[in-house]
Amino acid sequence: MHDTTLKPLEVGRAASAEPPPSTGKVNFIEVQNLSLWYGEAQALKDISFDIGERVVTAFIGPSGCGKSTLLRCFNRMNDLIDSVRISGTVKIGGHDINAPEVDVIELRKRVGMVFQKSNPFPKSVYDNVAYGPRLLGIRNRSELSAIVEESLRKAALWDEVKDRLHESGLGLSGGQQQRLCIARAIAVEPEILLMDEPASALDPLATSRIEDLILELKRDYTIVIVTHNMQQAARISDYTAFFYLGELIEYGPTRKIFTNPSRKQTEDYVTGRFG
Amino acid sequence: MTGARVMNGQTVTRHFRAERRDVGSHFFTALTGLSTLFILCILAVILINITWNGWQGLSWRFITTIPKKDFFDISTTGVLPMIVGTTVRVFVMTFFVLPVGVITAIYLTEYAPVRSPVTRIIRGAVNNLAGVPSIVFGLFGLGFFINFIGHHMDTILRSPEPTWSHPSILWASLTLAVMTLPVVIVATEESLRAIPMGLREASLALGATKLETIIKVVLPQALPGIMTGGILAVSRAAGEVAPILFTGVAYYMADLPKRLTDQFMDLGYHVFVLSTQSPNIEQTRPILYATVIVLLALTFALNVTAVLIRARVRKRLRALG
Repeated sequence: MHDTTLKPLEVGRAASAEPPPSTGKVNFIEVQNLSLWYGEAQALKDISFDIGERVVTAFIGPSGCGKSTLLRCFNRMNDLIDSVRISGTVKIGGHDINAPEVDVIELRKRVGMVFQKSNPFPKSVYDNVAYGPRLLGIRNRSELSAIVEESLRKAALWDEVKDRLHESGLGLSGGQQQRLCIARAIAVEPEILLMDEPASALDPLATSRIEDLILELKRDYTIVIVTHNMQQAARISDYTAFFYLGELIEYGPTRKIFTNPSRKQTEDYVTGRFG
Repeated sequence: MTGARVMNGQTVTRHFRAERRDVGSHFFTALTGLSTLFILCILAVILINITWNGWQGLSWRFITTIPKKDFFDISTTGVLPMIVGTTVRVFVMTFFVLPVGVITAIYLTEYAPVRSPVTRIIRGAVNNLAGVPSIVFGLFGLGFFINFIGHHMDTILRSPEPTWSHPSILWASLTLAVMTLPVVIVATEESLRAIPMGLREASLALGATKLETIIKVVLPQALPGIMTGGILAVSRAAGEVAPILFTGVAYYMADLPKRLTDQFMDLGYHVFVLSTQSPNIEQTRPILYATVIVLLALTFALNVTAVLIRARVRKRLRALG
């Protein structure tokens, strides 16, 4: 199903070619004049750009630049923080996700998320993956088992866990736990996968597997990934957005951002001169 | 070591001389060891004294007999109704205090706005509740449960004779539940707060509602902590006498209680009765000691049961979750 040998990290596997002609909409996610405040502190400043369907978009920038905050706007996880206030709009598939008639529960079923720190539930591997489908009301055993198997296969984890589906998910290795979280997220068949530094706590081998997986998954999903790792952004993303102090400094095809950025700040950051 | 520095003043902080540090640290080790030993000694003296004096009074007949009105005669008396009364009131109390305490703790940790004055007032009230003397809870139970709620229930239900407006197992247990509420709330809050935010976020990000997240992810993880709260509540309540004094305990009953609205006899209160109401102190002493042994054993047994259940829950959580 996937390559288990450790291969040397090659830069620009995805980005070496021109961004593939997207099979989906180029403006699947539309961000218009988005600003966000934590209390008095402004974390996002008037951000506008579009994210294409079924491509990988990387958010890069130094810590505290607002990239994770923006990511959490797409599934409204910021709703959980009382002091957050936003202005501007975020549209997914043409619908304003902050509109009053939008059901945030429904939104989160369509926009899955994988977190920086892998956070499997202290339940069995099976129950972890079946958690989302069960929320959707799927009770039928064979149907659930089929979803669990398919999700684990998509997450390139099936072969490693098929004999221990009913053991605790916490018994897996760090990289396996993160792939379990990815399997859990895709089990509810979202359209978008948000990934907040999904490999930052993993060793190079596990990281490379997650990256292979992301390249695999972009055939079916729109993926937005926050990363601190410039090489990672270069390897796996089709488009890259560079943020600095809450502003979107530059956005474009990854190859262009890394080889021929139009802004001085972007060039300084991607060449490692600051950040 | 902190102890060493305090003991020897400034010189030690400048010249770390080995022998001085050793003196200080040996002294501190001895001090803490002695304090622990002292406490163990007190416990040992109490247990040995009680066992020594109460041993002869204990018998199968003693713990399975319903005594007659004159329960000061060692050859005929027994403590069955007291065992039953104390056990039942502890279970009824647990039945009420656990759900109310857990739900309150869930509100405080998961729902209440963190910095709102209302939340702060509720937290303060819970803490103050823990500081109220138990006799005050007894008076509260009499005034609120019996004279107010019980009285109105009798009126509304048109009881032919006072059913609810007199002391009973129910009201005594509820009074104890109010008293132990802070214990359960604080223990539950702590275990809820110990659950990583990441687990809640993972559940919410999958499209679970807050309630689904609490029921499916948060509560199962918090169960051992909640049970610790329950164990502490049981320990505290089992030996308490003051709160049940006006709310349910009887000096003597010819029969075991049959309904929750019946009065009951209680081990702790019976110890008090034996030591203050006896016509012949020397003759009563073995009964008194034997009753204390039964009270200690019962409290211990209730605790061990709860601890065993908690251990099973923990094991299940670890194995499967």
